[in-house]
Amino acid sequence: MTHTVARTPNRVVEIPSIARVEGEGALHLKLSGSRILDLRLEIYEPPRFFESFLVGRRYDEVPDIVPRICGICPVAYQMSAVHGIERLFETDVPAGTRELRRLLYCGEWIESHMLHVHLLAAPDYLGCESAITMAATEREALERGLAIKRLGNDLMAAIGGREIHPVSPRVGGFSKAPATRELRSFLPRLEEALSRTEEVAAWVAGFDPPAFARPAELVGLWHPDEYPMNEGAVRSTQGREFPAERFEDVVEELHVPHSNALHARFRDGGTFGGGSYVVGPLARVNLNADTLTPVARALATRLGLTVPQADPFWSTAARVVETALAVEEAIRLIRDYEQPAPPAADVRPRAGRATWVTEAPRGILYHRYDLDDEGIVREARIVPPTSQNLRHMEDDLRAFLPSALDRDDDELGRLAEMIVRTYDPCISCATHFLTLEVQRT
Amino acid sequence: MSAVQADARADGREAGAPARPRVAVFKLSSCDGCQLQLLDAEEALLELAGAVDIVLFREARGRSEPGPYDLAIVEGSISTPRQLEEIKEIRASARFLIAVGACALSGGIQALRNAVEYGDTVARVYPTPAYVRALATSTPVSDHVRVDLELPGCPVDRGQLLGALAALLGGHLPRRSTAPVCAECKRRGYVCVVVARGEPCLGPVTNTGCGAICPGMGRGCYGCFGPSQPPNVAALVRRFEELGDAPERARDRFRLITSSAPAFRDGLAASAGEPGRTEVTP
Repeated sequence: MTHTVARTPNRVVEIPSIARVEGEGALHLKLSGSRILDLRLEIYEPPRFFESFLVGRRYDEVPDIVPRICGICPVAYQMSAVHGIERLFETDVPAGTRELRRLLYCGEWIESHMLHVHLLAAPDYLGCESAITMAATEREALERGLAIKRLGNDLMAAIGGREIHPVSPRVGGFSKAPATRELRSFLPRLEEALSRTEEVAAWVAGFDPPAFARPAELVGLWHPDEYPMNEGAVRSTQGREFPAERFEDVVEELHVPHSNALHARFRDGGTFGGGSYVVGPLARVNLNADTLTPVARALATRLGLTVPQADPFWSTAARVVETALAVEEAIRLIRDYEQPAPPAADVRPRAGRATWVTEAPRGILYHRYDLDDEGIVREARIVPPTSQNLRHMEDDLRAFLPSALDRDDDELGRLAEMIVRTYDPCISCATHFLTLEVQRT
Repeated sequence: MSAVQADARADGREAGAPARPRVAVFKLSSCDGCQLQLLDAEEALLELAGAVDIVLFREARGRSEPGPYDLAIVEGSISTPRQLEEIKEIRASARFLIAVGACALSGGIQALRNAVEYGDTVARVYPTPAYVRALATSTPVSDHVRVDLELPGCPVDRGQLLGALAALLGGHLPRRSTAPVCAECKRRGYVCVVVARGEPCLGPVTNTGCGAICPGMGRGCYGCFGPSQPPNVAALVRRFEELGDAPERARDRFRLITSSAPAFRDGLAASAGEPGRTEVTP
């Protein structure tokens, strides 16, 4: 669209259904001249009340229930749950379990990041309406991305039985661990995928995202020895650090009228006011640049991604960097793989509070289960990454859109959706997000 | 019901033109996992996109075209006032409607709230229940409109979904098996987890279609493809109790992914109150 709107003093812009995100949301924008009167990300994705129906269920059902919150990142839900419960039960998992879980998570990062970069984000930067129309001009890039994505899916299926809602992860380990030779058969494909991530980086380096610098507190796990997935302390780029068990002391969830997703914020207001913060791949790269693997580090350089970097438009590059990292880690983990035997340890329930944080593809995912002495859930609390990013997304839109008010409604809506999409929001997760509605009155 | 082929008259396209079927993908209350099976089809998705016009698929594209559609694929259950209207509009706009996945077929895991007091459910999750716009129940698509084809699973099986689409595009209805998972285990030569390990398994009463994934991964089936026909729930509850389940635990195994499927819900109701003494009919 190239027409310009009449510069009436007031206008309303609406995006009734934000596309290329997981789940349903809308954006309402009410403007008066160059002032934003009202801006709301309305989350109308229906609530599904997981924390309610977890109550009364036994600990061993939790890894089958919680992945149903999100078909895009089911492993994240299983991993936060099993680690938290095992810590409470003081379960010693069999040797090799830790590595196999990390490998499973590598599969989910590869799958989720390649889905986002190729099918959800790329059309924004190549002027296409969708990957389906993009296929006409970018077929090769699309096929390359989907092949790498398929590899992530296949790894998940080899370990979990299927890639969406895997069945093998359990408290204590796995119901079955793959044979060494089965995993070894992935090595040639992983080596090839690793070289192709360099082509993906070259392709993404050609995108020309807008620049949008504003101070932000980025939050993620940090681990001294490895790029964090399943383990680590929660850290921020502003020097904050706390363990999972203190999560609810530091973060509170707000219920705002326009959203079926709760908004998380720092209780102390955060470094830059309002309490909002960012989680996700860009936060992880900022906090863990020291433990990037060699090819991932080289791709960061190729893409021009240096830290500190808080501009959300760099998230796409961060996903490419992390895809290479996940492929490199998968190669290392498979080469060193020793099949856990038995696949799972015996588990003895005990009463108490289980808490854990892992790094879902979209950022940190907090789980808390209060269990009784038989291991029955008495209370559950789940804070997904998108709930943590929602407040920051709204703040980003408030900061960015005033510079774009000379655009027509279509273009303004497109820019707003682009900002939202850089967070790869998973609205299904957050409601346990977007349609644009702009009112210029 | 005839095949899903483009109806040139329906949308005013010229008769005789090589019209491609117009396909729309809708999501109601669910996790996105079933429509992700389409995105996960990758190369097949690109092929499918060449054979049909995917005119509405919010997760994949920005532009949505209004109906009528030759085929509507619906994921998710009905759990909000808005969806009560939406599903009627979808039905009115679609010549052929496929419901996919456990949520669309039985209300899904979120139908666990159907059996409890709704106000308590909301208050456990949301500090201000008045902000929440949802129904007290989560119900299947077929409770509200006519459904032309149902594909079970949590998630729906990708092969079954693509196979059904290929059949419909080719002009015939896909075959659907109602055999239990047990039949699939026998075909694959899997060792029975109930017999060999004494582990409870819903395989005898659950639809096949997944490929017997759980027994293949060394664990009991947990019923995510819903009830097979006709399932003997009472007998299996009794067997689980013999294997060491407490009565409520044995019943909870049916109250999970497809708790509101009538065969599971009514089967449990029939066996209620008489744990271990249920009449078994051949």
